[in-house]
Amino acid sequence: MKSLVIKDLHVNIGDREIVKGLSLEIERGKVHAIMGPNGSGKSTLSKVIAGHPDYTVTGGEILLDGENILGLEPDVRSRKGIFLGFQHPMEIPGVTVANFLRAAVSARLPEGEELEATEYYYKLYEKMDILEMDRSFTSRPINVGFSGGEKKRCEVLQMAMLEPSYAILDEMDSGLDIDALRIASGGVNKLRGPDLGILLITHYQRLLDYITPDVIHVMVNGKIVMSGPKELALELEAKGYDWVKDEAETAPVA
Amino acid sequence: MSQTLFIDEPSRAAARKRFETLPMPTRLNEEFRFSNLKALDLTAFSSPTAPFAGDRDRIIKGSVGLAQSAGRMIFANDGLLARELYGDTLATKGVIWKPLDVAAREHPGLLAEHFMVQGAPLGSEKFAALHAARVKTGTLLYVPRGVEIALPVETFHWLSGEANSVFPHTLLIAEEGSKVTLIDYFMGATSGTSGLALGFNDLYIGPGARVDYVCVQNWNLKTLALQVNNTVVSAGGEVKSLNVNLGGRYARTESMSRLSGEGGRSDMLAVTVGAGEQEFDLRTFQDHAAPGAASDLLYKNALDDASRAIFAGMIKVEPDAHRTDAYQKVRNLLLSEDAEADSMPGLEILADEVRCSHGATSGQIDADELFYLLARGIPKHIALELMVQGFLQEAIDRLGNEVLGAKLGELVRAKLGA
Repeated sequence: MKSLVIKDLHVNIGDREIVKGLSLEIERGKVHAIMGPNGSGKSTLSKVIAGHPDYTVTGGEILLDGENILGLEPDVRSRKGIFLGFQHPMEIPGVTVANFLRAAVSARLPEGEELEATEYYYKLYEKMDILEMDRSFTSRPINVGFSGGEKKRCEVLQMAMLEPSYAILDEMDSGLDIDALRIASGGVNKLRGPDLGILLITHYQRLLDYITPDVIHVMVNGKIVMSGPKELALELEAKGYDWVKDEAETAPVA
Repeated sequence: MSQTLFIDEPSRAAARKRFETLPMPTRLNEEFRFSNLKALDLTAFSSPTAPFAGDRDRIIKGSVGLAQSAGRMIFANDGLLARELYGDTLATKGVIWKPLDVAAREHPGLLAEHFMVQGAPLGSEKFAALHAARVKTGTLLYVPRGVEIALPVETFHWLSGEANSVFPHTLLIAEEGSKVTLIDYFMGATSGTSGLALGFNDLYIGPGARVDYVCVQNWNLKTLALQVNNTVVSAGGEVKSLNVNLGGRYARTESMSRLSGEGGRSDMLAVTVGAGEQEFDLRTFQDHAAPGAASDLLYKNALDDASRAIFAGMIKVEPDAHRTDAYQKVRNLLLSEDAEADSMPGLEILADEVRCSHGATSGQIDADELFYLLARGIPKHIALELMVQGFLQEAIDRLGNEVLGAKLGELVRAKLGA
């Protein structure tokens, strides 16, 4: 089966170790969720998978359908099928949503091939309709002046257009009200399917009411300390992360 | 500077004399602070302008403006190659749109009243005198009261040949309540040839008139380009001017906006793309002489390689110009360690209830923004181009004209991708 495999990953920022021997396998067609308290290394993990230059991988591997991607530049990883949904999407002044996505879609075409504009816009509008985004969005500079909900819908729109094999969605529920969360997660649910593996990273159980995961992992202090079915989220919500920390100390899972 | 009558021989002689008498700028001239004075050497360009002798069709074909315009005039080496009207807006309603030498014969009154009367208030009196001595033609666009010209009017000036010189001149008079968009394109016909382009433009914005003016400066990379832009805004008039600075080895623009009537408005915009060893010397003056007027300046410079931009901007609020709003913002994006930006904002406020701000910043490409584009699979060189383009497009978009904005964006992209 095709999957994104993370093997005994160790990551530093400067001299400080943030991820301390993490292993995880995300199969295509499955939704995994990582939950954990602040500072557990969740966001670092997502950025490392995407290739952010600020982090140093000191050990382990990340295999995309069997290929180690750790030495690859972030743009190459993306074109190979990795998508990172940002917790805080960047505002890029003067670059419209349409031009931004056009550049990203064009980068995926075989060399010498040009984007077919009509088809591109047809597809773009179709995805925007699903996400209840007004078409005027296409001519707005990306994320500039967007509300929290608009930013997250725009992330899901990009995911829909780029059709990744693996999507890592970092805190996609942060800063969203219920309506915005419903629309954004509805968009993600539409994209679920046998060709896409999803890793949801979240602090709160709330997101998992909208996107039901197949597996839940709990990350504490740079490691996964517990994995289980979706019901684990409810237990966490009731007992808090301290409970896992205690469990982890008495009976380490990872 | 005293009044100069266009084409009049005694006036030309007087201007030449003034040019010869006035000293070259020195280190002591505040208006030339930080300027590379050696770049201003004009000795190679003392011969009369050599007429255009090249392929006329190539120049006309190369004069690519907007898909739709009201008309197009094309000059090469200060000689008219073509004057084309599309539709009849420019031919009717008392509109005058003529080569300046023709206009000087047919409408001497207009010229006497307006031709170079604003002088060169930002340091280039000597160069303005040379312009007056050697100017041959250019454009007069006169828009009578209440007339609106919907499509933009375009002028192309080409410079061709080795050590040649051109003196493009634009005079726009927009009478009360009129509306027009004028675009000047400055183009190099030959690459690798040295040249001098010494241009002048005067815009008169009548009461309640609306004018958009764009100057695309795309001389070749060995051209010494000096440009004086004077704008006078009457009561309730509104002007947006945009300088797109792409070409030249040393390009200096002196842009003055004088708010002479109550409630006028001037948006002064510029985008500059520097590469190689290009130097851009940008001097501005927001002169508030009447109450309740607004000026808003936004200059954006993207500087690569060892290119350099100097910005010196003065806001002056004269004693009676109460309730003035005057803003000035300069943004430098440094794309290489060797690129350099010097910014000198200035303020002089002599009135009350004035809102003024000025600020200049210099920065590099934001690493997190770049990562965002990379994380979408956009290759680094394209991501950088998009970001720089976006940085500049923000100023271009202030024109509020989508078609024109897209065209100017293309020209900027062509330079960035070069």
